[in-house]
Amino acid sequence: MRRTLSVAEGVAWRTLHNVFTNPSLLIPQLLFPLFFFTAFAGGLSRIRDVPGFHYPLGYTAFQFVFVMLQSAAFGGVFTGFGIARDFEFGFARRLLLASPHRTGIVLGFAIAAMCRWLVTAAFLTAVAFAVGMKVGGDGVDVPALYVLALIVNAAAILWATGVAMRLRTMQAGPVMQMPVFLVLFFAPVYVPLGLLRGWIHAVAVVNPLTRVLEAGRSFLAGTPTEVGAAFGAAIGLALLFSLWAQRGLRKAEAAG
Amino acid sequence: MLLLARRSVVRTWRQPAATVFPLLFPILLLAVNSGGLRAETHLPGFPTHSFVAFALAVPFIQGALFATMNAGTDLARDVETGFLNRLSLTPLRGAALLAGQLGGVIALGVIQACFYLAVGFAAGVRPKAGAAGVVLLLVFAALIALSFGALGAWAALRTGSAEAVQSLFPVFFVFLFISSMNIPRNLIATTWFRDAATANPVSYLLECVRSLIITGWDGEALGLGFGIVVVIGVTALTLAARSLPKRLAR
Repeated sequence: MRRTLSVAEGVAWRTLHNVFTNPSLLIPQLLFPLFFFTAFAGGLSRIRDVPGFHYPLGYTAFQFVFVMLQSAAFGGVFTGFGIARDFEFGFARRLLLASPHRTGIVLGFAIAAMCRWLVTAAFLTAVAFAVGMKVGGDGVDVPALYVLALIVNAAAILWATGVAMRLRTMQAGPVMQMPVFLVLFFAPVYVPLGLLRGWIHAVAVVNPLTRVLEAGRSFLAGTPTEVGAAFGAAIGLALLFSLWAQRGLRKAEAAG
Repeated sequence: MLLLARRSVVRTWRQPAATVFPLLFPILLLAVNSGGLRAETHLPGFPTHSFVAFALAVPFIQGALFATMNAGTDLARDVETGFLNRLSLTPLRGAALLAGQLGGVIALGVIQACFYLAVGFAAGVRPKAGAAGVVLLLVFAALIALSFGALGAWAALRTGSAEAVQSLFPVFFVFLFISSMNIPRNLIATTWFRDAATANPVSYLLECVRSLIITGWDGEALGLGFGIVVVIGVTALTLAARSLPKRLAR
């Protein structure tokens, strides 16, 4: 266990050092969620006038939760890009050779992705409060939203790790990104689930991220709903993708 | 020039990522947005009952962004690999080189437009401007591809780096999102966002396409759209032509 943690610590430190000393990695990580928040909350705020839209905190808070979860998911995927890059430049193979316990590599990337996202989340939250976002949740509800997002972040990095370790090339980027994009946008992004119609409603109902999104919005409003389903879906995804990442690691080991 | 145009078309075609992604990604976003934002059509003053018809303009502009990236990346790769240096040993003129390089991008732009229109037709959208409007849309799509492709070419000639060209993508994406992409400008409630969308030329490109689909023949929207795309094209081609001698030093 100690050796696993030692590897994880080394991998996490290196990844975080790379991200926080390289503006081309750090700036997009901070600006992209902010940009989506601006475009959605600012541009589409009239949606609050659509008949049937009853979110009590207004459209800014409604979109904040989506952008928060999106930043968590994409924070994981962006860390996955780094793993693919490490394979392409040969560093990951040296890492596999040098690690006494290779599960620590996956753990290290997961820790780095979470730390990386916490910085983005703090920045996004500060901006949301600065533009007057209202919060109805208490000292338990609001942290629950962040915990939920953190689990989504873990699920996303484990998914991206599994892909990166199987394909071992930066060209794997769209394979990591596209399914995450689809799962996010097939949830009720712009309006509550009840206002979706047609095929998108049918897809959103079975999309596990819909539960997470609806619960997140309810946490922020202070009226928690679907808590069990949301945490169940998020933890289920994280567990599933931890198996996916572990098997990816074995495939990378076998590939040499 | 024809040889270079043929090379540009063939090269674009041989890269699945350069052809499939620009075709599918905008349609995917159209599907997601038209499903999620359908409720917006209930807002008083929304110009149509079909959000697909409203949003069909967006893939045209997104396609242009991909055109910028394709043209720029291909030309930057030619700089990086020394192909342009070898061309400088030939009597080829700069204007012919640019026109040839942009050939593949224009061809892809028109094919993209046909594909987006076909998807729109399949979803029940019938352009209000009729068959002549569809022809004008294709002309507009070709102009957009040329203008934005020229912007990509300028970036490539100026920087000589494919990576630098690709880093422009987020900047163009910001222009797309801070526009009337998802809602008409008169329905944007946030004042600063409405002002930014009004100042953003991309809004007028979208409204030009949108007018042919949901309004019919709107002289003001068409004039602004074509005017802006011509200004972008002429400016980008001029800048690219000025940067070319440095890369084609004889």
